[in-house]
Amino acid sequence: MQISIFLGLLLILTVAGYYIGQRRAFVVADGPISRLHSVPGYYGAYVALWAGLPALLLCLVFFMVEGSLLLRLVVGGLPDHLIAGYDQNLDLMRADILNLAAGITTGRVPDPELVAAAARYNFLHELGNWSLLAVGSAMALFGLVHARRRINCDLRARNQVEAVIEIMMVICSLVAILTTVGIVLSMLFEALRFFAKVPVTEFLFGLQWNAQASIRADQAMGAGSFGAVPVFAGTLLITAIAMLVAVPVGLLAAIYMSEYASPRTRTAVKPLLEVLAGIPTVVYGFFAALTMAPVVRQLGGSLGFETSAQSALAAGIVMGIMIVPYVSSLSDDVINSVPQSLRDGSYALGATKSETILQVILPAALPGIVGAIMLAISRAIGETMIVTMAAGLSANLTANPLEAVTTVTAQIASTIKGDQEFDSAKTLSAFGLGLVLFVVTLCLNVIALRMVQKFREKYD
Amino acid sequence: MTDIVAHSETIEQAVPQALSPSSRYKTEEFAARVRRRHKSESRFRWLGIGAISIAAVVLVTLISTVVLNGYTGFFQTRIELAITFDPEVIDPSGTRSADDISGADYLKLIRDALAAAFPEITSREDRRAVVDLVSSGAPFQLRQMVMADPNLIGTTKTITLLASDNVDQLMKGHIARSLPEIQRNVSDRQIGWVDALAGRGQLGTFFSLDVVTQNNSRQPELAGMRGAIIGSFLTLLITMVLAVPVGVAAAVYLEEFAPKNRWTDLIEVNINNLAAVPSIVFGLLGLAMFLNFFGLPRSAPLVGGMVLALMTLPIVIIASRAALKAVPPSIREAALGIGASPLQVVTHHVLPLAMPGILTGTIIGMGHALGETAPLLMIGMVAFVADTPTSVSDPASVLPVQIYMWAESAERGWVERTAAAIMILLTFLILMNGLAVYLRRKFERRW
Repeated sequence: MQISIFLGLLLILTVAGYYIGQRRAFVVADGPISRLHSVPGYYGAYVALWAGLPALLLCLVFFMVEGSLLLRLVVGGLPDHLIAGYDQNLDLMRADILNLAAGITTGRVPDPELVAAAARYNFLHELGNWSLLAVGSAMALFGLVHARRRINCDLRARNQVEAVIEIMMVICSLVAILTTVGIVLSMLFEALRFFAKVPVTEFLFGLQWNAQASIRADQAMGAGSFGAVPVFAGTLLITAIAMLVAVPVGLLAAIYMSEYASPRTRTAVKPLLEVLAGIPTVVYGFFAALTMAPVVRQLGGSLGFETSAQSALAAGIVMGIMIVPYVSSLSDDVINSVPQSLRDGSYALGATKSETILQVILPAALPGIVGAIMLAISRAIGETMIVTMAAGLSANLTANPLEAVTTVTAQIASTIKGDQEFDSAKTLSAFGLGLVLFVVTLCLNVIALRMVQKFREKYD
Repeated sequence: MTDIVAHSETIEQAVPQALSPSSRYKTEEFAARVRRRHKSESRFRWLGIGAISIAAVVLVTLISTVVLNGYTGFFQTRIELAITFDPEVIDPSGTRSADDISGADYLKLIRDALAAAFPEITSREDRRAVVDLVSSGAPFQLRQMVMADPNLIGTTKTITLLASDNVDQLMKGHIARSLPEIQRNVSDRQIGWVDALAGRGQLGTFFSLDVVTQNNSRQPELAGMRGAIIGSFLTLLITMVLAVPVGVAAAVYLEEFAPKNRWTDLIEVNINNLAAVPSIVFGLLGLAMFLNFFGLPRSAPLVGGMVLALMTLPIVIIASRAALKAVPPSIREAALGIGASPLQVVTHHVLPLAMPGILTGTIIGMGHALGETAPLLMIGMVAFVADTPTSVSDPASVLPVQIYMWAESAERGWVERTAAAIMILLTFLILMNGLAVYLRRKFERRW
């Protein structure tokens, strides 16, 4: 409530600052505006920045520290016996306090001290919000007045405003790096906690995966249930099946589109592939579970193979279809950037189109195509919904595509979504798997992108 | 034809050394080789056509699977019953207090109405079985009616109630009558009653938009997408507010201002890599960072939007850079030539010209975000939410996650609900992409 008032007030002050600054510039110029250093609008922007920016920064800092600071203040004041009652499990206590503060009641009767803590939390929260409103508004107002006073003909408003805007743009472009750093740090941090419970070697080389069974922390911990080899094998199996579908279909489609198809066919077929690329993965997952799995099962059954209801084959085929447009659009680009002179040379020697394609264009485009396929593999490894919905969770170490297997992403999804507890090896195992997933896909992407880039440079 | 061949053969035999070039192309061997080459040429061509047809067939199968399973989701079986709002049941004390009315046993009203409709039913077992024809949401419907208008108490009215999921599926033919009784969820007697009601015109299947307008529920016949649609809208709003300004600013900086050095190279490699990082990793980032570290609320569109913003940011940056690159340098030089500052060049000239391309890229990025499921599972948006979210920090679900949850549910009724939900999601995606195509067509400029 106070926050929205504050943000509204800030918006009004900023907009008002712009007009006040602009008006002030005209007054200061007192005649032709060419006496000003900058165009009047820049004086407006100058005042607006002074009014809005410091208060907004304050607001951001407030949001970042408020939650943890409040909890620390509240938990710090609690008696020791209460903390002991929670078995040193402060996370659980914090969650209880937060729930009480939000008015969510659970079945059991809460400890009166906990209720008091929740009330204290609410009080501090209110207090914090009100003080943010007061301090922030004062800051914005002060900034506005201060900036307005500084306006004179020699103030280099444009330079200052542009410098601020450029700094903001630099910060925006650093968000990408911060995201990567955030991913690496959060994965590493949680994965290290996991490896403190389960040795790295066991995780990477163990042959038994049974994360779902160990619901409580004291269950099945050391029994080798976190050996991820079956999960990795399942991922590889499904990725291989997907690639067997996606690479031939995608590559042939790309070749046809770039070498054979008339412009009219191209305009008709391109949207088809784009639609295929735009369908959400959850829809593919639904399709795989509802249509593809029974078809595969019936086919397998009629050929006399024992087929499980959730087979790697069904998930793999559908995933392959999902990746077809990806492969085809990437290789389309690559094939198109092979210079025309190579084709002309080949035709001049009397080669047919297919001979030109197979013996000249594809070898020339090979590095780019390999790069495209590697990007497609990385996407197949990281795909979650299809495998979660169609491949299942049973970690079988098998190369038989008709059996059910599980993948890294399916395991992550199923472990995290139900669980809120952050101390169990089960939950943390998701971060171990996530770290492996991130590292593997990152390596594939870096190599693939570099290959494609090198290939481009060769013909530029 | 044979003459010529024979003729050429005689020449060949006569002067094998001095074969003229034109006749060399007329040998049988050569003709066979050309035929073979042409055959492999057309074979290769057909392989290409085959690949595209496979893609087309799968697309058609997929869409038709969804539509054929989903269109029945827009129909709902309803039962008309003459309900007597018996004051003895609803409000025995006669106080008409809200507590009494809301706590009353409305199921009994339905039971009585059904007993009146089928006077031949006497056994307890049958009475229970006949109540199963009506949706378990029906008592709530009656309660809401009475709460809204207490004057109903004491009257008898014909009310249209939702049929239960099993009856609905039976009427739509998804539960085969030919199956042995033990294998279906509807008993033979229940089918008899359904047919009797249908014969009297009291039961029928009608077009209904409940699947769009209702909130989520545990019962398939009551479940709708309303909360998820609003949740998706709020999530996308956050995503757009965060990703678009940051993405465009980053693109402008990298394309127009940044010096070419190691740092900008690093940023560029970074952005390209982020675009290829699996989406579930962004979910893990959101879980560890936004939920655990910053303590933001679980299942909230705020956090979902932030995660999706990080995910779509590379898409927006790459699209915006391409659009900025397409603006010819002459525009910049002309603006600089008349004294504009570099920032003025960008904001007054380059950005407006690049805007259609940026918008198209942004809409496509938002389409990705709308269809994304996995990262939202990680931050707890998979929780069952029965209310419509009213702010960005309320627990909410979004369309694709709702689809996932419904697809994982067991009863037969969920299949058509899921498919109908997919139809709604695809409609939104088609609208968004249609808008992108329209913008591209309308504002595209070739320099």
